[in-house]
This record gives sequence, structure tokens and C-alpha cells, in this order.
Amino acid sequence: MKEKILSKHFVLENFYKIDVYLQKKGYQAVKKALNEKTPENILEEVKAANLRGRGGAGFPAGVKWSFVPQQVDKPKYLCVNADEGEPGTFKDRYIMSHDPHLLLEGIIITSYCVGIHTAFIYIRGEYEAVALRLEKAISEAYKNGFLGKNILESGFDLDVYVHRGAGAYICGEETALLESLEGKRGNPRLKPPFPASIGLFQSPTVINNVETLSNIPSIILKGAKWFCKKGLPEDGGTRIFGVSGMVKKPGIYELSIGTNLKDIIFKHAKGMAEGKKLKAVIPGGLSAPILKADEIDIKMDFDSLVNANSMLGSAAIVVIDEDTSILDVLKVVTRFYSHESCGQCTPCRIGSSWINKIVRRICDGKGKNGDIDNIIRLASNILGNTLCPLGDAAAMPILAIIKKFREEIESYVSN
Amino acid sequence: MSPEFSDKTKKKLEEIISRYSRKEAAILPVLHLTQKEFGCISVEEEKLVAELLDIKPIQVREVATFYTMLNQMPVGKYYIQVCSNLSCSLLGAESLIDYLTEKIGIKPGETTQDNKFTLSTVECLGACEMAPCMMINFDYHGNLDKKKIDKILEGLK
Ligand SMILES: Cc1cc2nc3c(=O)[nH]c(=O)nc-3n(C[C@H](O)[C@H](O)[C@H](O)COP(=O)(O)O)c2cc1C
Ligand code: SF4
Ligand code: FES
Repeated sequence: MKEKILSKHFVLENFYKIDVYLQKKGYQAVKKALNEKTPENILEEVKAANLRGRGGAGFPAGVKWSFVPQQVDKPKYLCVNADEGEPGTFKDRYIMSHDPHLLLEGIIITSYCVGIHTAFIYIRGEYEAVALRLEKAISEAYKNGFLGKNILESGFDLDVYVHRGAGAYICGEETALLESLEGKRGNPRLKPPFPASIGLFQSPTVINNVETLSNIPSIILKGAKWFCKKGLPEDGGTRIFGVSGMVKKPGIYELSIGTNLKDIIFKHAKGMAEGKKLKAVIPGGLSAPILKADEIDIKMDFDSLVNANSMLGSAAIVVIDEDTSILDVLKVVTRFYSHESCGQCTPCRIGSSWINKIVRRICDGKGKNGDIDNIIRLASNILGNTLCPLGDAAAMPILAIIKKFREEIESYVSN
Repeated sequence: MSPEFSDKTKKKLEEIISRYSRKEAAILPVLHLTQKEFGCISVEEEKLVAELLDIKPIQVREVATFYTMLNQMPVGKYYIQVCSNLSCSLLGAESLIDYLTEKIGIKPGETTQDNKFTLSTVECLGACEMAPCMMINFDYHGNLDKKKIDKILEGLK
């Protein structure tokens, strides 16, 4: 792909500083949006661009914004999801540290479109240095008149704040994020009501991922048609694929939506490291069901992966080699979810830790007949029976690993 | 003696609290600053934060115990957190944890007697492209091997 949308400027030094950003025609999108477009124009353009959420679920951004009631007597909020907790994912960190003003432009245009005057960037606590950089960028934007009162004399006001999390994967789930931002434990809320009608402080709230919002400026500058052409007609734009694990060149690769997974691993990330052989790939962060080596000739878009019984999720690709025991993978997966379950729902709380206990016992060489069926039974009882999607996110990868590698796991149980 | 915020922190706290339409929403940023100033969130700090935000100390504890980055007990001068999630473990995180244990003489979850090091394992740090990796206090260290760990530890006085 010739022209990148998001990572074009990552290689430039000091691009995070507003002077450099402005030299490279920064804040043009904000100017165009606020001076030439109505909120309705923008909403139509974003809807037509078929921009699907980059945080995991892939919900169309424009449609989500249109659910926010227009006339309310309460303030509306934007929450930017920068929690980046899905294991394997590191793309938002690149955007925020290399191009924070691109994200800010996305935030300003989105807020203008939906009629929002306060935005919070909820960033994972470990990213302290990134949070500082964002705060610096925000204060530069205020100084240059892109934030605060009467932005570019358009009459539009917006304040943006950085809010740091403190180590809890569940706070990336949108309703847990709201609870956390309100100063509580990050226990997800029952939906409906959806955040668009009752969100932060009981007010209508838009929640979008960092990468989702960072696409908005180029949609405004170049239009929905152009954006769709960058990806697929019904799934527009690019994705920043994060590749890690046993490859020669781990890192981020911004490519068209629908790029072949095999090409990402073997062409872009230069194939397997240390001459190893490919065993399996996790295509969309740890929650995405695993693909075997012979299943990776597949297009990386939301629908193709759903058809393959997996998911695109956060587009984080983890590459696993033949020398890795699948039991070790299962151990990491089950430990993670048992640790991160918030504990509100019994199937998720008990199920995830019980499964982890069985797996640890198998790892210790004390596997018993029936262990595998018990894991399947426990995981199946989580599926669909919990308050938030973490339950499914735990059960699905576990069931996929067992289905696809049952023989190998059985060999550990009986030995 | 009960702890008190420094004047500089007090000013910063006021500014932070003013961002939210409800005071208690500021609790995470307030707890981050509290931990920075006093090292951990123990009973004394819970009281201090509760007073500041007009809530009960138990509410502070409810929140503080939910998040893994908030410590109820003090940690060593250098808090080493090694990622043990998938991308890092594929590239040898486990053997690095063993190496650190051997080298500084403590297991994950423990602090050395001189309070210099605390060692722990953590879930994905969001830096998988530089796996295996770890954080020491807030600094990221990636592409680790034993030699690199030796060098990093040597630099910690
Ligand atoms: C357990 C769990 C963890 C999540 N973690 C994140 C995260 O770290 N970052 C993120 O953007 N979305 C995360 N999500 C998805 C959010 O709930 C939500 O769908 C997303 O922020 C919406 O933004 P988008 O439509 O722009 O993708 C998570 C979801 C679940 C169920
Ligand atoms: S599914 Fe798990 S993480 Fe989600 S609310 Fe229930 S217990 Fe909490
Ligand atoms: S798995 Fe170690 S940083 Fe992501």
C-alpha cells in the first residue's frame, strides 16, 4: 500500500511536537471540519466511510455516534479507550507516542460532530511516559487555539483530559471503563442501557478506541470514498497490525483491511525467526480463537475471521512456533482470564480459575482422565452466560485450542 | 505520624479534582500521586485520600484493592515487573524470571531484605514487539536476554 493513513509520520523525529506537526499541514482536518462542515455533514461522511471500531468489536463508528440523543439537558462525554490491555496489542501506544496530535484532531472533530464539550482519554496506567506526552500535546493544542473555548472562532468549546488507569484488563471493556472513570472498581455494567444514552456520570457518552478516532482526520480531508478504497467497501481503511512472537521482524504494519494473514507474517514480518516452523497464529489478540498453520491463508477483515470462527479483534497477531508446547499457550491463556475476571458473574469467576487449576495440574504432570472434557464443560458454561464479553473472550480461545490441538493435550494428560 | 501531602502535590491535586463533575472520580489520579509520594496505599493513605475526596476510607480501599498497580505494601526501590504473557513467554520470559530469581535471590512477589528490589510477574505490558520485556519502576526494557539483564541491573545503584 502506497500511502498510509495512520503511521505515515511515525518515522519522523519530533513529529509529536506541534510545531513539526503544523509544518506538515497538521490541524487541516480540524480547520476544514469546524469552518466548512456541519456536524450532520461529518456524521454522514463517517457513516459512508464504513469505519469500524478498532478496539475489538468492530462496530461502525458513525452508527454509534448517531445513537447519542441530540437534545439533552445533560453534558455529553467522549471517552477515548486507550487502555490497550488485550495481550499482543501495542498499536495505540505507537499512535499516541508518535502522532498524538492526529488523535487529538480525531477527538476534536468527533466531539464537534456529536456536540461534546468534555473528553477523557483513559490510558492504561503502565503507559506513564505516553500519558505525559499526551498531556504535553494537549497543552500545546490549547496554546494554539485548537482546544479550550471558541476553537478557531467557531463557537465550539472542548476540554480534553488524560485519565490513567491502574492495571486492570477489564477496564478496557467500555462499561467497566466508565465505572473506573467515575472512581469505582472496574465492574462492567449490564447493557442496555447503552453508554450512548446513559454513560459517564449518567450522561450520553461515546466510547471509541484510539485507532478508530485517529482515522477521522483523513476521512474529513479525503472523503469516505477514498477511505473505503483503502480497505474493503463495507469495512473501510487500514489496520495497524501488531505482529509479535516467533517472527524475524516483530512490529507494527499498517496495511489495507483484508490483507492476507500469511503475507503479513511471511512478507512483512519476514517469516519465522531462528529457522523455526509455524505451529499456530492468534490473529486478533489473546481473546481471538487460534488458527492452525494451515488456516492462515485468510483475509484479515472482520467478516472473514468470523467466518473462520475467529475474530479480528485488535488486529494483534501472535505467531507460535512448533517448538512451543500448546499446553504452555493454554496455561498463559487460562491464567490471564482467571486473573482478570472481575468476579461479578459466577461462571466467569469460578469457571476461569477452575480451568486454570486443571491446566496447571496437567502442566505438573498430574493430568487425569476426564480433565479435557471437564475443561470443555466449564468453558461451555461460561459461554453466553455472563454479564460482559470477557466471559466469552475467555471461553472461546480455550475451546478453540482444545478443539484444534486435542491430541497434543491428551498426550500431556496421559504422560 | 500521619502522612501529609507536600504543598506542590496539594496544588496538583486541586487542579486534578477540578476536572471532574464528581470529586470521587478523581480517585485514580489521586491514588497514583499518593503512591508516588508515600510509596504505597496503606491504611494511613486511605484515610488521607478519603478526607480529600469526601468519601469513606473503605471506599478508597475498595478501589485501591481492585487495581494491580496500586500497592497496599511498600515495594523495593526498584520494582521489577516481568511480563509473562504469551508473546514474551514464547521468547523465553520464564527462563528470564528464573534467572532474575537466582541473581537477586528472591522469588516473584518478594522484596529483598535491603529493600532494593521487588520482583513480580505481570500480564502483557503492551510492548510485545520488544518481547521478552519488563518494567523497572516506569521504565520499559525490551528484547531481554541474560546479558542485557546483567547490564541493566549493574546500572541500578
Ligand atoms: C474484556 C474486554 C477488554 C477490552 N479492552 C479494550 C481495550 O483495551 N481497548 C479498546 O479500545 N477496546 C477494548 N475493548 C472493547 C471496548 O469494550 C469497546 O468495544 C471499544 O472501546 C469501542 O471502541 P471502538 O468501537 O472504537 O472499537 C475491550 C472489550 C472487552 C470485553
Ligand atoms: S464476565 Fe467476567 S469480567 Fe465480565 S462482568 Fe462477569 S465476572 Fe466480570
Ligand atoms: S506479551 Fe509481554 S508485553 Fe505483551
